[in-house]
Amino acid sequence: MLIAIVLVIIAIGSVVFHIWSPWWFTPLASNWGSLDNAIVITFWITGVVYVALILFMAYCLYKYRYKKERRADYEPENSKLEWTLSILTALGVVGLLTPGLIAWADFVTVPKNAIEVEVLGKQWDWSYRLPGKDGKLGKSSVALINDDNPFGIDPKDPNGKDDVLIESDDLHLQLDQPVKMLLRSQDVLHDFYVPQFRAKMDLVPGMITFFWMTPTRAGTFDVLCAELCGVGHHAMRGTVIVDAKGAYDKWLSGQETFAALYPNTAKVKQAAKDAPASAPVRQASQDKPILTASESTQSLRVQ
Amino acid sequence: MSEGLLDETQVIPPAELEEVDLYHAHSFWTKYVFSQDAKIIAIQYSGTAITIGLVGLVLSWLMRLQLGFPDTFSFIDADTYYQHVTMHGMIMVIYLLTALFLGGFGNYLIPLMVGARDMVFPYMNMLSYWVYLLAVLILTASFFVPGGPTGAGWTLYPPQAILEGTPGVEWGIILMLVSLVVFIIGFTMGGLNYVVTVLQSRSRGMTLMRMPLTVWGIFTATILALLAFPALFVAGVMMLLDRLIGTSFFMPEIIQGGELLSTTNGSPLLFQHLFWFFGHPEVYIVALPAFGVVSDIISVHARKNIFGYRMMVWAIVAIGGLSFVVWAHHMYVSGMNPYFGFFFATTTLIIAVPTALKMYNWVLTLWKGNIQLTIPMLFCVAFILTFLNGGITGLFLGNVAVDIPLSDTLFVVAHFHMVMGIAPVLVIFAAVYHWFPKMSGRMLNEGWGQFHFWITFIGSYLIYFPMHYLGFVGVPRRYFEIGETSFIPPSATTLNEFITIVVLIVGVAQIVFIINIIASIWTGKPAGDNPWNATTLEWQTATTPPGHGNFGDELPVTYRWAYAYSVPGVEDDFVPQNLAPGDVKRSDGGQ
Repeated sequence: MLIAIVLVIIAIGSVVFHIWSPWWFTPLASNWGSLDNAIVITFWITGVVYVALILFMAYCLYKYRYKKERRADYEPENSKLEWTLSILTALGVVGLLTPGLIAWADFVTVPKNAIEVEVLGKQWDWSYRLPGKDGKLGKSSVALINDDNPFGIDPKDPNGKDDVLIESDDLHLQLDQPVKMLLRSQDVLHDFYVPQFRAKMDLVPGMITFFWMTPTRAGTFDVLCAELCGVGHHAMRGTVIVDAKGAYDKWLSGQETFAALYPNTAKVKQAAKDAPASAPVRQASQDKPILTASESTQSLRVQ
Repeated sequence: MSEGLLDETQVIPPAELEEVDLYHAHSFWTKYVFSQDAKIIAIQYSGTAITIGLVGLVLSWLMRLQLGFPDTFSFIDADTYYQHVTMHGMIMVIYLLTALFLGGFGNYLIPLMVGARDMVFPYMNMLSYWVYLLAVLILTASFFVPGGPTGAGWTLYPPQAILEGTPGVEWGIILMLVSLVVFIIGFTMGGLNYVVTVLQSRSRGMTLMRMPLTVWGIFTATILALLAFPALFVAGVMMLLDRLIGTSFFMPEIIQGGELLSTTNGSPLLFQHLFWFFGHPEVYIVALPAFGVVSDIISVHARKNIFGYRMMVWAIVAIGGLSFVVWAHHMYVSGMNPYFGFFFATTTLIIAVPTALKMYNWVLTLWKGNIQLTIPMLFCVAFILTFLNGGITGLFLGNVAVDIPLSDTLFVVAHFHMVMGIAPVLVIFAAVYHWFPKMSGRMLNEGWGQFHFWITFIGSYLIYFPMHYLGFVGVPRRYFEIGETSFIPPSATTLNEFITIVVLIVGVAQIVFIINIIASIWTGKPAGDNPWNATTLEWQTATTPPGHGNFGDELPVTYRWAYAYSVPGVEDDFVPQNLAPGDVKRSDGGQ
């Protein structure tokens, strides 16, 4: 008896909590409303099943509670009922999967006009690289990373010279401009996570991963790491600022290129204009010999 | 068709083989310590699993203290916090749940329920337990080595797990991997036993389709484990090699502390695939035995046959098969080829169909039953609710596009605790209250049981239901502290405090449960042979607790399925599986 009442309270209480609790998604700031919609559809379909099944169970527990003189029904199986329920469930699953996969098809299709933005993660901070005027990012390799080349840009690749390097925790993005976020890590797994953008993806050392999105709301957003990356995981923070075009261009014009920041590495004969705007938190040590990619591949190789 | 299930006319052939003599222990040591009796081994497994499980429970308190009240406890820093998280997860999943369901319930119930005298390989069965104990001891040792246990998260993702910056990189991770490898060796010895015993040692008349669902669940789960654990085994060995002799199976080129490491060209994603190829079936290694146990307990206490037995069997088998093709739904944000998302989302949601069917059939078993609200039944009801909840949130996370915003948030933590933490643990409680009378000959105390049930059930729901909503807000998991984060409102902190307080209350209730078990061994009400009036063979033993060899001089012969409750025309509301058709008391006068 008590259990039936408690089940009813749980069913109703859960719905009330869902409606009245102060905790829900942060306001969307990207094009990924389709992900939110898929979640809302899932909520409706599964929520109805959840409440209905609990209430039915509560009814059974009350109505068929033990009485000495009564006997339970004897019905080993009922194929018709079981198949009906299975087919209804299958239909529900199709209802969940369809909006999900449609949204996913969008997610895996990067629009042609997306500009590339590279995120480089390391324990425990973020830095970023934007393509220069040529619109292309230069080739890069973890093995080339050192004090004078914090992104490991290949100096032989002309596309890399004008890459814009942002060695601070603040990234600016342009409002309504689709971006393909290219994700690199130089040490362990990280995950570039801005809750308001909805999309997120791991940074995996040894490969370049990506996701795309269009920022749709100007503002300042926290960047968090969402993949455990050691004891500093919770402190690996950054900021993304979404600007309208004018403000964005102004910010971008104040940023330095690879060739300007590290002329010796980029082998561009011009004097360094400025010292690096802000030093990374964990500078590479100055006296390490610079390894090239070919040298590093001579070390132990398995597989 | 329904008659076929209760077909008493089927000819039971004479025994083809003579009974093999059992190993008989002669000393205290061989009888109770190095025992080859599956029932003793089961109790050893259960005792060890529950003991290490209590360590896991205490670790969860420490973790929650930090999350609820950051900057309060000087003995918790980021290092120890991540160590608590990691050890809690691994202990609960592997060393408690897997060991308890298969090594504990599997050993106790398989021979008794299929009408066998013991497991087919008793010596190997004994070895299985001692190797398991060794694995537990190695794991425990990692708390006492320099640097402490690993803090890499229970998923042990490389490169982080074996690099500086993660606690326990000196010794903890090595002991963890060695312990896992040893665990798998021990499990394999036991697992082969469970499978072969079910296939080879069933009593006469015990056809596969007359087996109780508990046996079906444990049997299928064991097959899954025998196929899934090898993936973890190789992953563990490869990571050990990476850590100890500098191979690069999982290690690409890495710059750490300004230094280029000597590793090259390994694949961190390879480890994730291996881990989840094991890890997803692992969910069902825990869940399938729970499904089986719940089916049987509900049927007994509702005095009604399990609804749709054959569908229930096929659902277990189908879920087991499908569980091997869904693993990468744990990796939607891992950076694997995003096109995999289509495949794994589809397979994952397909698994919902047989799982939902089981859910319906449990509730339909209650329908038109004659329900005794005993403690085991209450725990089963709580299981249905929490498993339904966790299954539904699984539909969120399995659907790739829905997963992306929720992945790595507290929504995931709430989901998997509901579905494979709380739900299976509630089944363990149901099973202990249900079978303790057979194991000890005494009932557990009902009043303490009620107290334990209500605190555990309502408390767990209060802990995990609201936690999902912190996930919607975007609160990430595995955070030592949230700190200043603009999108997380102060109310989230209040909720975290609330959750921590409930965790501690629920924790205390578990101590009451342990005391109840220990006290009832001596003070419990005598149970008799069959206190629940159940049909299955374990309740039909000559003595309670069953002696060595389980059954008396004669092995039982099985005449019908395990769910002959409230059969029309029969006087009693249950007919034991081994009661000869001629001995069934009819109330309708005829045959």
